[in-house]
Amino acid sequence: MTPPDTPQKLTRKDFASDQEVRWCPGCGDYAILAAVQRALPKLGVARENSVFISGIGCSSRFPYYMNTYGFHTIHGRAPALSTGVKLANPNLDIWMITGDGDGLSIGGNHLLHILRRNLNIQIILFNNRIYGLTKGQYSPTSLVGKKSPSTPMGSVDNPVVPAAFALGAGARFVSRAIDTDAKRLVPLLMKAHDYQGAGLIEVFQNCPVFNDGAFTHFSDRKTATETQLHLEHGKPMIFGAEKNKGLRLRPNSLQLEVVTIGEDGITEADILVHDQTNRAMAFLLAAMEPPTFPIALGVLYCDTSVGSFETAIHAQIEQAKQTRKPDLGALMRKGHTWVVE
Amino acid sequence: MDTITTPSESTKAREQLDSVVIRFAGDSGDGMQLTGTQFTQSTALAGNDLATFPDFPAEIRAPAGTTFGVSGFQIHFASHNVMTPGDAPDVLVAMNPAALKVNIKDLKERGLLVVNSGAFTKGNLKKAGYESNPLEDDSLVGYRLLALDISKFTLAAVAEFELGTKAALRSKNMWTLGLLMWMFGRDREPTVAWLKHKFASKPEIAGANIAALNAGHIYGETAELPVGIGAYEVVKAKLEPGLYRNVTGNEATAWGMVAGADLAGLTPVLGSYPITPASSFLHAMSKLKEFGVVTFQAEDEIAAVCAAVGASWAGSLGITSTSGPGVALKTEAIGLAVVTELPLIILDVQRGGPSTGLPTKTEQSDLLQAMYGRNGDCPLAVVAAQSPGDCFYAAIEAIRISTKYMTPVMLLTDGYLANGAEPWRIPDLDKLEPFPVTFHTDPEGFHPYLRDPETFVRIWPKPGTPGLEHRLGGLEKHHDSGNISYDPDNHHKMTKVRAGKIANIANDLPEQTPCVGEASGDLAVVGWGSTYGSIYQAVTRARAAGHKVSHIHLRHLNPFPRNLGDLLRSFKKVIVPEMNNGMLSKILRSDFLIDAIGVNKIAGQPFKVGEIEQAISTHLEASK
Repeated sequence: MTPPDTPQKLTRKDFASDQEVRWCPGCGDYAILAAVQRALPKLGVARENSVFISGIGCSSRFPYYMNTYGFHTIHGRAPALSTGVKLANPNLDIWMITGDGDGLSIGGNHLLHILRRNLNIQIILFNNRIYGLTKGQYSPTSLVGKKSPSTPMGSVDNPVVPAAFALGAGARFVSRAIDTDAKRLVPLLMKAHDYQGAGLIEVFQNCPVFNDGAFTHFSDRKTATETQLHLEHGKPMIFGAEKNKGLRLRPNSLQLEVVTIGEDGITEADILVHDQTNRAMAFLLAAMEPPTFPIALGVLYCDTSVGSFETAIHAQIEQAKQTRKPDLGALMRKGHTWVVE
Repeated sequence: MDTITTPSESTKAREQLDSVVIRFAGDSGDGMQLTGTQFTQSTALAGNDLATFPDFPAEIRAPAGTTFGVSGFQIHFASHNVMTPGDAPDVLVAMNPAALKVNIKDLKERGLLVVNSGAFTKGNLKKAGYESNPLEDDSLVGYRLLALDISKFTLAAVAEFELGTKAALRSKNMWTLGLLMWMFGRDREPTVAWLKHKFASKPEIAGANIAALNAGHIYGETAELPVGIGAYEVVKAKLEPGLYRNVTGNEATAWGMVAGADLAGLTPVLGSYPITPASSFLHAMSKLKEFGVVTFQAEDEIAAVCAAVGASWAGSLGITSTSGPGVALKTEAIGLAVVTELPLIILDVQRGGPSTGLPTKTEQSDLLQAMYGRNGDCPLAVVAAQSPGDCFYAAIEAIRISTKYMTPVMLLTDGYLANGAEPWRIPDLDKLEPFPVTFHTDPEGFHPYLRDPETFVRIWPKPGTPGLEHRLGGLEKHHDSGNISYDPDNHHKMTKVRAGKIANIANDLPEQTPCVGEASGDLAVVGWGSTYGSIYQAVTRARAAGHKVSHIHLRHLNPFPRNLGDLLRSFKKVIVPEMNNGMLSKILRSDFLIDAIGVNKIAGQPFKVGEIEQAISTHLEASK
């Protein structure tokens, strides 16, 4: 995407606020902040129209570090606040910042509804599979058996898969990236921005203090080629150090399997081509995780056939204005009235 | 506009009455609310002053024929000023045994009792808990009984439409309405027009209802009625000149929001979640899109208020509407609006509590929740409406305070105001004083908590303004920069600033004066909200009896008008009638150290004038 010409070229520094960043050393949040600050100048949006809205949690401190408009709201409610802001002023470019606790636990209801409504904003979900700010309790994305201060014998409840939750909720742009992979995260942020609806970016974010290495099994650069599948619309879903592994549907089932090109008569023609408009396939991709499968990164699903929520709301208002004159006095005098002399 | 026509069919001499209270009661499927509304409309057009009280069960369709499925609609109309729906009905219309059972205790002695004897079957009597048929024993001798087989008459009247018995019987409320319209000389034309419009796509239903309406009327004209039952006339009331209409509280509140937002120069953005008895406000606002009103039916109460807070931050007027349980859910977000000092209107249409409580019954038990129901020291302004039509002006006042002082305002109405109707003089919008909002635009020396040193009101910068980029949030902010601050002295200071800002609003409020009586005397009766009419009438009667009583009614509950303490101290005694267990009385005692005595009714029903009169005489007697 080429950014439109702006009268005033902004740089990454223009988007950094004067506040000292206060995340723990080594936190994945630093990398995400850097990626966002790098992406914003490329989008050509005026700084005064950029808005960051967050809930509560480590990630929700994010708006304080952006030299834009920002609202650090209350736990889980950033989607609802964002909806009000966007309805009031659709010209604002909203980035919603949330985490796995904020967005999927206390705010799960709101996230569901903002996704299905398709409000035109970008949602960055920092998933570190742990509660950081409250000091290490397990979160709704923690894997079963997670030992934490509130689950000393290990957690027993099944985690939610954010991308699958989003697809189930009716989200129309679902994507994933790894915090430190700036090379892919920056363009992905821009794709989500380009999407005219709720663009969800789940970022696997490492918490070095309470859940260090939660994603090493696929984020480790040494093994990444074997454990990461980078999705590209219209391209075969191939991965591996030798680019010879791929996905196909297991015959007579609705399940994916990993096959090797050159083995058992498999050729590249047998490998599934990524179609980001295929919702059923997106569900299958969302569920993949090593060691059986690579993790699917990039745009899992993107459906541009439906407009955004605030556009539809304002279209109705415009339609009403076309058909009825806004005259409160006349409205109050409509129906049965009588004169007292 | 309709012309007021006098029915010409009636030739019988009409007995003149000064005021009448009618209660229509039937099964919740009998259409009593419609009957009451239509009778109200025709009564207003006939020039009487009136007040209504719809009283219906929480269940949409409770099991037919049972006492808990009884729905009622009371109307009080008179040739003089009417301020309450009346204490005890003069006329009770009971469409089935359950309706009789529930309501007969309220009917005045020698009152007129119209019953549908056709519904007094063995089965219905049993469901209502009657062991014998009250129409056949002596239990109703104290009343003027008019027992008619309305079911049979209705079936005969609509026979030509061949609807089938079940559908045909639905018109029996219209037959009854026709009879009552004859009895009180009401014009049927507006109801006929309404039926034609409502059933435009089902002409046979419209026809049947109109036929039933006319048949009921003809019955009155032609039948030989028992001695003591006849036709009545209530002459027109002398109201303030002007153009009038009927209005319910929720409707008037919605119009007030649009008018108020316009006076402020803002777009109203309503975030709401359906809840009884506030939903009809959401419905009314949703129909006002041509005024640019944005309505958002959120996924829950929390999302509704959060969207409103977001809208205010973005430079619109954020509004959220709910009832008590919803306010409880919105609490945290209201705190966010207090600490970020944003305008926000929270409409609380109060209902019986605690918890789910009495969803369809009225109460004033959210006052303490409105004042104090948040974590931390979290003050906001509180405004209350006193009658259905007054909701219009209360909404405008809430918006004025909210935008001028950058604060959430709790606007308190209740189920009685929300659903009750009264004739309302349509306001002249040009005479309302505008209070335009100015957004901050100057980047020079900007920080978001720049405030007026006298009023402590902060500036309102909105996103989209170049050079004013800033971050706001729920964490405590530094007084002189707006940045996060955990400094102990700063928190102390900011808490005082937030309190001082609300307290200072008192300087912008008119001094409190009694609405009836002098500014001193033996007894002050202090009220707020929907008790206005009952207190007004009771105090007026007590004064007519020579007592030195005054009625003081509060629009502003936080802050109070600055002279309120002195005013109350000018009376020997202060009583506070409230539909709760003593809330305003508690605040008056703690704020002014005066012995405010509660007169409490917590029955889900408005005060009767007589109940307050009784309290007045008891307290005057006691102080002798």
